[in-house]
Amino acid sequence: MLLEVEGLVKYFGGVAAVDGVSFGVRKGEIYALIGPNGAGKTTIFNLITRMIEPDRGTVTFAGRSLAGLKPHQVAAAGITRTFQNLQLFGGMSVLENVMTGAYLKGRTGFWESLARLPRSVAEEKKIREESMRLLTVLGLAGAAGMPASALPFGQQRLLEIARALASGPGLVLLDEPAAGLNSVEAKALAGFLKKLRDQGKSMILVEHDMETVMEVADRILVLNFGVAIAEGTPAEIQSDPEVIKAYLGEDDRVA
Amino acid sequence: MMRRIVVPAAALALFAAVPLLTGSGYLLGILIVTGIYTIVVTGLGILMGYAGQISLGHAAFFGLGGYAVAILTTSFRWPAPAALVAALVLPGIVAAVIGRPTLKLKELFLAMATLAFGILVHIFFNEGGKITGGPSGLSGVPYFKLGGLVFDRDTEFYYLVLAAVLLVFLAVKNLIDSRTGRALKAVRESEHAAEASGIDTAGLKLRAFVFSAVLAGLAGGLYAFYVTFVNPSPFSFHTSVQFVLMAVIGGLGTLWGPLLGTGVVVFLGEFLRWAVPLVIPDAGGEYQIIFFGMILVVLMVFRPEGLSRMIEMIRKGSVREGESSAS
Repeated sequence: MLLEVEGLVKYFGGVAAVDGVSFGVRKGEIYALIGPNGAGKTTIFNLITRMIEPDRGTVTFAGRSLAGLKPHQVAAAGITRTFQNLQLFGGMSVLENVMTGAYLKGRTGFWESLARLPRSVAEEKKIREESMRLLTVLGLAGAAGMPASALPFGQQRLLEIARALASGPGLVLLDEPAAGLNSVEAKALAGFLKKLRDQGKSMILVEHDMETVMEVADRILVLNFGVAIAEGTPAEIQSDPEVIKAYLGEDDRVA
Repeated sequence: MMRRIVVPAAALALFAAVPLLTGSGYLLGILIVTGIYTIVVTGLGILMGYAGQISLGHAAFFGLGGYAVAILTTSFRWPAPAALVAALVLPGIVAAVIGRPTLKLKELFLAMATLAFGILVHIFFNEGGKITGGPSGLSGVPYFKLGGLVFDRDTEFYYLVLAAVLLVFLAVKNLIDSRTGRALKAVRESEHAAEASGIDTAGLKLRAFVFSAVLAGLAGGLYAFYVTFVNPSPFSFHTSVQFVLMAVIGGLGTLWGPLLGTGVVVFLGEFLRWAVPLVIPDAGGEYQIIFFGMILVVLMVFRPEGLSRMIEMIRKGSVREGESSAS
């Protein structure tokens, strides 16, 4: 397993937002977390990336425990993420957003930056080119110089993904990447995610758009009130009576 | 593109020509002080504009630089350049010690810590006995010497300060255009996303704080060499507030803002010192502070982004008009 989550527990006040969740993600798969609002999906992302401390439980990535790390150290360990409520660097250009995502690829430190050494200039050029290539793949190259906040919503979502990919992470956590996209954009996104997976990228996907989930996910974990109630392939999940009762039944059911 | 080179080059040429154009020692003196303050405000501007932290004790770092030069050159007979290096290093170390615990905490802890630190240091300058010379300070700081050059007159010192400001500008421009500069901007935009991108936000803020203290120390060292004595009064809380005022008036997160803000505040101060007694004959120095306060309030209400941003917007507006009329 690339990522192993064991008995994760997080209380907010007296309420268990995540209550003993365990799962594993294999290398090169798209693993989806689904469940109604408040099921604890985003909380699990925040716990894995250590934006919040778990009350109990462990997260192991590539054989290494993430306990005690700061969020930036989790990123350095190889896990990056996108945010459900977009957290782009709005005042910076589209290209700068991706280049910031590639921060971990650079070596030039604070004091070295003051001197603008040839080594830093070369490093900067390389990161710029790589970021531009990533934008080209995502069809955002034409907007490279625009402020990120000026992009249409759907492209802002794509840019978040580009930024999360820029450092070449081993695992990417995608928090509702299809939210707010129209069906054409969602289809294109699904195609892109599958292509990434086929190139060996591992991803965890939190998503409400069932069409996208069923299309791209290799395995799905269903959460309800912080508890895992089912795990399986899309076909298994769609026919699980427990899942239909808890989730799909009260939402728009997938045919 | 041409503008990017022409405007700074023209500004530099103008500043370089000032001693040739004017015989006024008074004007030169004000410009030297403006240059020295600009160095402090440039560092403070990075701390406030990018790291999103405020320091209410930068006069203390400025003072540490000044006292380091005064003590080392008089009591210990250090050569001037070595004393100036010490004026950079000492405030940097002190800032690292203060910043490490406080910057891990959120929001205004650094402001509180630097406020207390500034007051403590000021007390130390006043009560330091033989070390600091007490309220009357230390005199007899030798002129700055570098190689065969002696900076013993205002004209020479003006060029020394101009060179220092230029170096600081270049270093800061490099910083802002670098990987680190992007990270600083990212912290300003979204701290969560910056962390998620692998940026050590606490470490970055600490470095920005230390850098700002180093610049304040450099300015303090130059100040001591310029006036050739130090006493506690220029390093009080009032000066710290004035530095913040200069940074805000000039515009945070810009390269030219610190120079502009410092220039405006210094020249306005000189103007008020001349003008206020004409209107109110028996007015004391506190009237200047009242006027500063009023100007700051007006600026914050109408132009919270500061003067340099305002100029930028006017310029961009005129460029756009020109383009549309051409098409």
